[in-house]
Amino acid sequence: MSEVLVEREAVVGPIVSPGELLPYAVFAGVLLSVVVYFVGAEAGAMSVLGSGAVHEFVHDARHLLGFPCH
Amino acid sequence: MVRALLVRGMLVGLAAGVLAFAFAFVFGEPQLQAAIEFEDLRAAGAGEPGQAEPIGRSAQRTIGLLTGTVALGVAFGGLFALGFAYAYGRIGLPGARLTAACLALAAFATITLVPFTKYPANPPAVGGGGESIDQRTLLAFAMIAITACALVAAVRLHMQLTRRLRAWDAALVATGVFVAVIVVAQLILPAGDEAPPGFPADVLYHFRLASLGTSATLWLTIGLGFGVAAERLLPPRARHARG
Ligand SMILES: [Zn+2]
Repeated sequence: MSEVLVEREAVVGPIVSPGELLPYAVFAGVLLSVVVYFVGAEAGAMSVLGSGAVHEFVHDARHLLGFPCH
Repeated sequence: MVRALLVRGMLVGLAAGVLAFAFAFVFGEPQLQAAIEFEDLRAAGAGEPGQAEPIGRSAQRTIGLLTGTVALGVAFGGLFALGFAYAYGRIGLPGARLTAACLALAAFATITLVPFTKYPANPPAVGGGGESIDQRTLLAFAMIAITACALVAAVRLHMQLTRRLRAWDAALVATGVFVAVIVVAQLILPAGDEAPPGFPADVLYHFRLASLGTSATLWLTIGLGFGVAAERLLPPRARHARG
């Protein structure tokens, strides 16, 4: 009986604090932004590499993942 | 705990990226190729010289497509794991697998499905008229941001209303608010791209369906796969709890 109560309590509480999560979240958010930038946008006025090779290489992924292209 | 969840999220995201590639390659590439052929035909008809492609089509449709889906899958998977770590035990859903499935459904709806109703995915040759690529990219992300804000607002409203209203009524009001925000955004934002005259309608339809399927495959794998991985990782007491 008491074991059942312990089990039910265990599922209720949060498993990590926001402070513990924050540095990971910042890093993952930056990583996602970089990936979305290179897959989805790296072209034209927003281009940082200039050559357009990355833009062309992931061209089909950009269309099929729903990013605007051409 | 966070580190272990993050690693599993990225691994599941890797698998999701590979599966999304398989779906996109089988169902999306034939439509994409048909659209490129239409584009080339139109350019030839207009007397334009063929463009010299710096990257060959065979690389774009295989390794290039795989690179794109896997990179996005790993990044989404990692961030999803962190979202799960925060949401688990906080949003009132019992069990790791149900929490992960609901989070993935919310992510799919916010990032793909709802914005799709305003700015759907387009094959080559569709779009480019009117707004510039920078503007269209900005508008697409604006629609995603609006959807995310509407969803967060609706969920918070629902949590507050459940204290005063019956569960079904609270859900109805929250859903109504979400739909109203999306409708207003749809009316205010400028129209999306139009297909050029003569573009085959079935290619456009099947391309968009394949694009939706690609994202659905990605999120389905992340939601179901990460649920299993997280359940094994979490303490046994929590794992076996029935809620
Ligand atoms: Zn394109």
